[in-house]
Amino acid sequence: MAINEKMIEEILNKYPAKVKRNRKKHIVIRDSAQENQEIEANTRTIPGVVTNRGCAFAGCKGVVLGPLKDMVHIVHGPVGCGYYSWLTRRNKARAEDPEKNFLAYCVSTDMQESDIVFGGEKKLTRMIDEVVKILKPNAITISATCPVGLIGDDIQAVARAAQAKHDVNITAYSCEGYKGVSQSAGHHIANNGLMEKIIGEGDLEEPPSKYTINILGEYNIGGDSWEVERVLNDIGYEVQVVMTGNGSYEKLKNAHVAQLNLVQCHRSINYIADMLETKYGTPWLKVNFIGIRATIESLRNMALYFGDEALIKRTEEVIERELAEIEPQLEPYKKICLDKTAFCFVGGSRGHHYQGLYEELGITTVLAGYEFAHRDDYEGRDVLSNLKTDADSKNIPDLHVTPDEGRYRLKIPVERMEELKKIIPLNDYKGMINEMVDGSIVVDDLNHYETDEFIKVLKPDLFSSGIKDKYIPQKMGVPTKQLHNYDYSGPYAGFRGAINFARDVAMGFSTPTWNFIAPPWKDNPLLEGSIEQCSDDTCVKEVGV
Amino acid sequence: MLDCTPKEIIKRSGGMINPAKTCQPIGAMYAALGIHNCLPHSHGSQGCCAYHRSHLTRHFREPVMATSSSFTEGASVFGGGGNLKTAIKNVFSIYNPDVMAVHTTCLSETIGDDLPSIIKGAEVPEGKLVIHASTPSYQGSHITGFSNMVKGMVTYLAKATRDEKKEQVNIIPGFVNPGDMREIKRLAGELGVRLIMFPDTSGVLDSPMTGKFNMFPVGGAKVEDIRDSGNSKLTIALGYYASSDSAHLLERNCQVPAITLKTPIGIKATDDFLMTLRSKFVQEIPNQLEEERGQLVDVITDNHHHFYGKKVALFGDPDILTGLTEFILSLGMQPVHVLTGTPAGTLTGSGIFEKEIKEMLAAAGHEGRVKAAGDLFELHQWIKNEPVDLLMGNTYGKYIARAEDLPFVRVGFPILDRGVHSYLPIVGYRGAMRLVEMISDTLLDRQDRDAADEDLELVM
Repeated sequence: MAINEKMIEEILNKYPAKVKRNRKKHIVIRDSAQENQEIEANTRTIPGVVTNRGCAFAGCKGVVLGPLKDMVHIVHGPVGCGYYSWLTRRNKARAEDPEKNFLAYCVSTDMQESDIVFGGEKKLTRMIDEVVKILKPNAITISATCPVGLIGDDIQAVARAAQAKHDVNITAYSCEGYKGVSQSAGHHIANNGLMEKIIGEGDLEEPPSKYTINILGEYNIGGDSWEVERVLNDIGYEVQVVMTGNGSYEKLKNAHVAQLNLVQCHRSINYIADMLETKYGTPWLKVNFIGIRATIESLRNMALYFGDEALIKRTEEVIERELAEIEPQLEPYKKICLDKTAFCFVGGSRGHHYQGLYEELGITTVLAGYEFAHRDDYEGRDVLSNLKTDADSKNIPDLHVTPDEGRYRLKIPVERMEELKKIIPLNDYKGMINEMVDGSIVVDDLNHYETDEFIKVLKPDLFSSGIKDKYIPQKMGVPTKQLHNYDYSGPYAGFRGAINFARDVAMGFSTPTWNFIAPPWKDNPLLEGSIEQCSDDTCVKEVGV
Repeated sequence: MLDCTPKEIIKRSGGMINPAKTCQPIGAMYAALGIHNCLPHSHGSQGCCAYHRSHLTRHFREPVMATSSSFTEGASVFGGGGNLKTAIKNVFSIYNPDVMAVHTTCLSETIGDDLPSIIKGAEVPEGKLVIHASTPSYQGSHITGFSNMVKGMVTYLAKATRDEKKEQVNIIPGFVNPGDMREIKRLAGELGVRLIMFPDTSGVLDSPMTGKFNMFPVGGAKVEDIRDSGNSKLTIALGYYASSDSAHLLERNCQVPAITLKTPIGIKATDDFLMTLRSKFVQEIPNQLEEERGQLVDVITDNHHHFYGKKVALFGDPDILTGLTEFILSLGMQPVHVLTGTPAGTLTGSGIFEKEIKEMLAAAGHEGRVKAAGDLFELHQWIKNEPVDLLMGNTYGKYIARAEDLPFVRVGFPILDRGVHSYLPIVGYRGAMRLVEMISDTLLDRQDRDAADEDLELVM
């Protein structure tokens, strides 16, 4: 069903006036005839509204730092925050050295009331001492939770002192949950810390191979980055580090040597991408490895960037080989998915990325949005210069980097860079709205009430989001797909990932369970067909007469 | 897997490595879901609410609805009163619950928001209720949070409105699954006793698939019943840690005598539960339950050779562990390590975890390591130093199980990697029968897996 402004108005009418005014700005019907459709984003969540958003801590420790496998991530605070961010993101990692893989460890200072009253710095120091002595990690991070900032524990000073004492890289992140308006604040804080204290600490001066790249904003959920790397390695790229899925301190500290940075999740890591360019002269390319067409386009754009004939040729060979492998496998799933519609509401980039893959399967995205995106994720980076910083974003410091005296170098000549920018998304992202079809709805910070109402109006065949709202549409009989955690499947990225995704979505549509929701006695009149087989009264009684 | 954990135990005091507990608010949220037509609300920054909803959803595989005050830095500095008042207005306008159950977080506790005053000053629609519990994450555990929210229910709702008490029993089931709550209700129901259970998440977190989503499913303790709990003849608190405090509060406020019993896991604890009900309300235990008990004893006897002398490590929540330890001992197994993350003795409840478990072990002629406020890093080290035949605990135990190649039975909260568990009870005689099956299947699967071809048995 096509939706119009009036219908949205009706949905919003349930809200108190103030909430209505607020939410209205976060909902847009895509209309390509209008230039630059604006959407409100990255503003405060409305208290008392069931949102899917998390906090700065979740963005910093949970998303960006957590996947770094050879580091111990200490959470400074009461036990909960560390506990909930323990292994729940599915960021897979294979350790080069099993004795340096700390992903299954959850380290929390487990602050008690006395620590809140008298300060928790001493306890944090003890925890660092114990971690160094017992676990012997290559590096340590410290992430602050809400009360730490309030009581004024100086985690930066504790980190500095401990680093001097133990000669281990120790970084501290003031990512208290109340900072900013969502996870996004934490991504930014993590980006700053990694850039300031880790990237560039390594000794490498030259890239180890001809085509050395970093993959930024890829968290190896369900093994995504391994599938992408398989193809990249085959073409001839060397991945210096993935930030941060399956990433390591040892690799990350030499991230400065790459000739190109790929940006997968624009929202969580564009800060580092920009800073790497300023400091080391490394351009970044917006890529998308979700979906076959997007993967092919990303690979071709990479080849164009390097401009090497052999690389371009090899890229096409690999694409051809991969397509030959997957296309026949895709066919049966496409038949099941054809002409279906979906909601696609996830995080800060997946809400965009998965739409292409849906389209390839014959599924139209009728509603999409992000939990914690900013306007540039929707409208493209052109809006960046117009954005006004509000009070909430001002609390997240911008890190101002300058060209590194020894290591800054242009990776490609200026003129060629300008030429390339015209044909590939180099240092640019056009945003999600641009690629959506007319009449589809874009909703920022979609909440439970709106989810419920939009499902009733649009009746999607598939709802894709996260764990918190998964079971709501499912109770209504709508198949769901978690796009944060992939319902514990994957990988979904790259060529083979697309097959996994198609299989899982088709499975959601065709599971026999949907046929059982209505019990037969709801449709059939009482007693039908059973009386005659009965030989005595009890049988009649049993069927309810 | 967990390759960095050394065998050598070094004394630590910097906090937890791999905790065996989590924070108060999630327990409060879970308890609040056990009131009919209630929306839990987290007063703090929204990450807490997001984490708790995610975690509960993963355990129950059901929608978990809750709202948040969504603090930003401003609210953290100037107080969250404005946020809560806005939230109250929005919650009742948009979702229209009967009750909004607010719990605090470490953030709102640290800045010292005065919840009763804020709630008093808020516009609560006629006929609607806002209750609250103070649940600072830097005290106790999720069990403490559960206990505190149940105390909130008693404080705000329970009333003694008549001179004579009614022939009805209050049952506070503790932090157990909806399937367990259902089974406890069934057991009491078999005796014909009128009961008020609160909180009661059955019908809320095990709701059926109907093709419709209900924001407030049919289950949950009704407000009028919780009110009426002040008129009951007796309160049975199941579990010292999760239930005892609220039962005693009800005793103080409404003069309803309180008895604290173990969570009815295993024969003896279930016997005690039924005997208590019998002594106060009825003369006889119905034949149906006697039959169930007899079946349980029968299957244990039939299978006792699978259990005899097996060493077990147990971890989880204290109320579950006291019942489970007693039951494991009654199977002829030997609990050599028993660990909970919840600190003991911080509540006014009568249970001192370590003492109680050690006494049980001693009575059975065993010794074992027992610890409250411990973590899984330490449990793993204990196991390295004294290996066991079986590990029992929540999903986080799977890492230790893999590292040490141990048979593993999932029991407790949270179970994030298996389905169905929350529907099927571990309490009562039938629950005990299920535990017997889970334990023996796990041990026998291992025996089959490890057997040489010539030793693989058809009959075991």
